[in-house]
Amino acid sequence: MSHEQKTDLPPVFNESGIEIKPVYTSGDIENSGGPDDIGSPGKFPFTRGIHTHMYRKRPWTMRQYAGFGTPEETNERFAYLIANGQTGLNVAFDLPTQVGLDSDDPAARGEVGRVGMAVDTLRDCEIAFQGIDLDKITVSLTVNGSAAILIAMYFAMAEERGYDITRLRGTAQNDILKEFVGRGTWIFPVEPSIKLVGDTILFCAEHAPLYSPVSVCGYHIRESGANPVQEMAYAFCIARAYIDHVLKRGLDIDDFASRLSFNFDIHGNLFEQVAKFRAGRRLWAKILKEEYRTENPRSRWLRMIAGGGGGGLTVEQPENNIVRGAYYALISALSGTQTMALCSYDEAYTIPSEKAARISLRTMQILIEEMGLCDTVDPLAGSYYVETLTNQMEDRIRAVMAEVDAEGGIVEAIAQGRIQNAVSKQAYEKLRKLERGEIRKVGVNCYRVEEREEEQQVEFHPFKEEACADQIRRLERTRAERDKAEVESALARVLADAKDGRNVMPGMIDAVKAYATVGELTRCLVEAYGRYDEPVRL
Amino acid sequence: MKRKKPIRVLLAKPGLDGHDVGAKIVARALLEAGCEVIYTGLRKTPEQIARSTCDEDVDVLGLSILSGSHIPICQTLKPLLEKLGLGDILWIVGGNIPKGDRDALATLGVDAVFPVGTPTQSIVGFIHEKLS
Repeated sequence: MSHEQKTDLPPVFNESGIEIKPVYTSGDIENSGGPDDIGSPGKFPFTRGIHTHMYRKRPWTMRQYAGFGTPEETNERFAYLIANGQTGLNVAFDLPTQVGLDSDDPAARGEVGRVGMAVDTLRDCEIAFQGIDLDKITVSLTVNGSAAILIAMYFAMAEERGYDITRLRGTAQNDILKEFVGRGTWIFPVEPSIKLVGDTILFCAEHAPLYSPVSVCGYHIRESGANPVQEMAYAFCIARAYIDHVLKRGLDIDDFASRLSFNFDIHGNLFEQVAKFRAGRRLWAKILKEEYRTENPRSRWLRMIAGGGGGGLTVEQPENNIVRGAYYALISALSGTQTMALCSYDEAYTIPSEKAARISLRTMQILIEEMGLCDTVDPLAGSYYVETLTNQMEDRIRAVMAEVDAEGGIVEAIAQGRIQNAVSKQAYEKLRKLERGEIRKVGVNCYRVEEREEEQQVEFHPFKEEACADQIRRLERTRAERDKAEVESALARVLADAKDGRNVMPGMIDAVKAYATVGELTRCLVEAYGRYDEPVRL
Repeated sequence: MKRKKPIRVLLAKPGLDGHDVGAKIVARALLEAGCEVIYTGLRKTPEQIARSTCDEDVDVLGLSILSGSHIPICQTLKPLLEKLGLGDILWIVGGNIPKGDRDALATLGVDAVFPVGTPTQSIVGFIHEKLS
């Protein structure tokens, strides 16, 4: 390293462990793997973006996470967001819905409508999306454990309203493997959980080819303590697990790979995040080309939603989170994301208030309308620093993926709780560094203000106790009005399909059309698949 | 006076909330501070938590709740603890707890609330002070 400038500056490392030089030159790009892979936007390996003209043609989709209380209240919030310029919906479900419980289940007590909207039957889905043009506004369902049921409801609702599901767009999160690592809304054991995800992919490939049945999430793994390299590596390993599963069931890679999408986290160092996304896009394209032999270029696209990073926000001095959110949005735009869901400044306290949601939306609109982020594609391309870091991040992501494979693969690692254990250990080490002042966080361990009534600066989203009673009343009414025999035979079919290993989706759609409840359908699947037994390790 | 036996702590995740980063961090901090920690894992019912608190013979019960449902959960748990003669166990709650709810939790018998952002050493310090 004789050409390197000597300094007495202390060394700097990014969170992924890469040493950052004080000055970068063209030589660094060459030494880290060369400029060959930078390429052009819209062309393999897509380092610069999956589309030729990116935001110049159409800005990213704005899709704030929203949902609370009853479907009626949520529908109002949807209308508000759309009226304010939002271009997609990102639906938050309450925890009972996410873990497959009806609103009147004793285990749901105190949780109905609290962190998202309550859904028990198709009736709720009909109300939630009333008045929304599903061709213009694409809907993303943030649900995992009970995703197959909610996808079935969404399709049934769309069909009822006259949409052709062969042309219906939209996304379900439906990434159950990451739920075992972080977020925790698992229901069934690991293997049948993967099988259920497979059912949705196979069903969509045949019947709803424009729908994205899975959004693989690095996000929650990062929030649980993974560094940016691990975030990408684990997400890619998980995506490969789903791909391998459906390939074994006979699907052709090009029949579904283009419908896989990703959900990533943004907090921390700006350049590290941008390099992470550019590197990830390139590596994913190579994996899909070289390992899976895809022929359709679209099968090699890393399509993603990014913009959130709740772990970067602080309860201290919450207005600072507005500034952090603006930087996250900037990072997201500089990284070529397809969709943004920006974390709102009150996220460290509560689900977003109307005001906080609007500020997030305006933050993105300011980038689009005032800051020139849509004028040209991948504006950081060619930067000595960013290209070098992109090369280095790609190598590191690949290395972590190889480690996971060498140790028996991601499914085993998750089933045994190894990934969970590794990231939670890292989360603890990071917090200790923060407490010792080795990592600095504004308002937390530096630039603190003396304890004031900080919380009063955050306007809390009000939780309405009566929403739960309203929801239970509707559930009872729906149960009383439906055709009991029809429900019973539909549930029997779902149970039989699940037990015999057939795809449960066609039967599931019939069952939700008969107004079978989330709880009833989940009980069928539990009867066939069993329940997950969490490996608790410290 | 120094305790002979290490302090035993049950850390529980009640309700349906799946956010366990904080609970696991606190568990590690307490382990490092010499406590014995039993972490329950996710989605434990108040009945299960009361039962484990009794069976594990712990000195401290800690709940971690980030979903906003801390009050109904603690309301259900309180009589269950009392029934098992655990009404005066050192009971702490952490997570996403608004200031306005702290009095209500205190009334239910919660000894301390440690909201998001609390330094781990404050929790360790509190437990040691109360039990030494």
